[in-house]
Amino acid sequence: MSIDFHTLPDAHGRFGAYGGVYVAETLMAPLAELTAAYERLRTDPAFIAEYEHDLKHYVGRPSPIYHAERLSRKVGGAQILLKREDLNHTGAHKINNTIGQALVAKHMGKRRIIAETGAGQHGVASATVCARLGIPCVVYMGAVDVERQAINVYRMKLLGAEVVPVQSGSKTLKDALNEALRDWVTNVEDTFYMIGTVAGPHPYPQMVRDFNAVVGREARAQMLEQYGRLPHALVACVGGGSNAIGLFHAFLNDADVAIYGAEAAGDGIETGRHAASLAAGRPGVLHGNRTYVICDDNGQIIETHSVSAGLDYPGVGPEHAYLKDSGRARYLGVTDAEALAAFHELARTEGILAALESSHAVAQGIKLARELPRDQLVLVNLSGRGDKDVHTIARREGLDLT
Amino acid sequence: MSRISDRFASLHAARRPGLIPFITAGDPLPGATVAVMHALVEAGADLIELGVPFSDPMADGPVIQHASERALAQGVGLAQILGWVREFRTRDTATPVVLMGYLNPVEIHGVQRFAAEAVEAGVDGVLLVDCPVEEIATARPLREAGLDQIFLAAPTTDPARLEKVCAAAQGFLYYVSFAGITGAGHLSTEAVRERVGQIRRLARTPVAVGFGVKDAASAAAIAQFADAVVIGSALVDTLAHSADAAEAVRRAGAFLAPIRAALDALRTGHAA
Repeated sequence: MSIDFHTLPDAHGRFGAYGGVYVAETLMAPLAELTAAYERLRTDPAFIAEYEHDLKHYVGRPSPIYHAERLSRKVGGAQILLKREDLNHTGAHKINNTIGQALVAKHMGKRRIIAETGAGQHGVASATVCARLGIPCVVYMGAVDVERQAINVYRMKLLGAEVVPVQSGSKTLKDALNEALRDWVTNVEDTFYMIGTVAGPHPYPQMVRDFNAVVGREARAQMLEQYGRLPHALVACVGGGSNAIGLFHAFLNDADVAIYGAEAAGDGIETGRHAASLAAGRPGVLHGNRTYVICDDNGQIIETHSVSAGLDYPGVGPEHAYLKDSGRARYLGVTDAEALAAFHELARTEGILAALESSHAVAQGIKLARELPRDQLVLVNLSGRGDKDVHTIARREGLDLT
Repeated sequence: MSRISDRFASLHAARRPGLIPFITAGDPLPGATVAVMHALVEAGADLIELGVPFSDPMADGPVIQHASERALAQGVGLAQILGWVREFRTRDTATPVVLMGYLNPVEIHGVQRFAAEAVEAGVDGVLLVDCPVEEIATARPLREAGLDQIFLAAPTTDPARLEKVCAAAQGFLYYVSFAGITGAGHLSTEAVRERVGQIRRLARTPVAVGFGVKDAASAAAIAQFADAVVIGSALVDTLAHSADAAEAVRRAGAFLAPIRAALDALRTGHAA
């Protein structure tokens, strides 16, 4: 019997055994308020029209599907197609979600927005929509990430946001999330928490997915229009998993479309220095939901490692946990070195600087295409552009651009 | 009757407000925890909340975050903490011990296994901060093993939920005095008094109040209308500066004794 993947999550926010609402009591009320507001808005034609208008005229959607012909020829296997989310305003898929959540916040009458960010893409996307709404925006960012994503930090400041470096724990994305939750619990009355990925307590995994699902809806229609068929396989990078679920969702019930998530294997899964929650983690509870987490035998979350700040997260969206267990999607590790090689390959063959996050998907796409015949199509989500990463890449290659 | 309800029954009979200190297990020194627990009892603790350190304590302020980080840096884990409770029980079979922490360490240990080991060690109750009443099924093995499941109520808890929380609560209900993280400071006694009044009408368990209680004066103000006061961050902060176990023991006693004295000076018997 086939599963209808479009019926999830259930009313409790569960995707099978995963998801749910695992937060302290104080946050139950604001989450219930948000769930009620979102349930009302998501089927409201006026709200949908407003959201779609913004996506078209402000974000610049639809984003094209581009046939990476030179890259495909060089790889010598299936044709590699790129869903160009890097061409969106602010340079990544993250804006799809913040446009949507900003509208929800506006309808709820919230006067202050907080967000967490890893690579800074979600922070920039949050600061952007807040500037447009004229609402104050506070972005929590791990101190380590502030250091390695200096350009995005400055972009957020230019957009009028306050960036708060988080000094606790491993000083990365997970700690930024903790700190944002602490802010929210302290300012529940007037503050809207804009989570940047498909994690966190219900309704976030559902809401963030719904706002990113435009990627897959568009892609599915574009494939049928441009190629007259669906792709053989989809590939997207998975940290928290928002761009991936955004691409995957419209295709989940298309059983013939294979689905691959590329997780950050860092120095290699066997070294322990990675961020591959699904490939190498275990079910647990983190940041308000049950999902796969990277932790030790005492249940303590372990510091993750990836060259890409946006994938450096020890959990993953609960829907991905469900897709893994159900066998609908496969999640594979891509190392730092493989991602960097793919970054250069794409730059030289196609003139596209991909984000380091997205370079993981490109690497996985290349591996997959190599194994497949030339007449097959592999659709890779190019979730963001790499301008923010040039300093990181230069540094790894021994150059100092400052 | 559990050790927790026994304790509250005798407090009630004596018209004495309960005093519940919280310490992070293993902080400041793993070797000091059991001795500090005894010192707290000697200084007047009625129940001890033992914090299980977690790497991502999203409901805690900086003081308890740092205590957790220090404990984790010394390798403190659940097995060791249960060992300390077992050791504490060899000298003290009367004072209830509640473990307070987050779900993931318990899940990874195995809820069922943890429940059995906790009961065997002499733990009386468990408060899982990120396990609200909606996810109660997760913690069912704790109840089945005979542990009291302690729940939180907050200023944001609406009346319908409050009924659910009160119905599920065992041992005592922990009222979080303000919307915020542990150790933050803006306690409004009047607002808390009103809420605790509502909760006490609904609850079948005693009501303890925590968050923002930091000294004898704030404890005494809350104890006028609550069954017990919880005091955590201020104590954890005091212990943090101990050079060795002996100093931690001294500091624990010196911190708690004046608070006990202030509570005993009340003895007004609000619960009558």
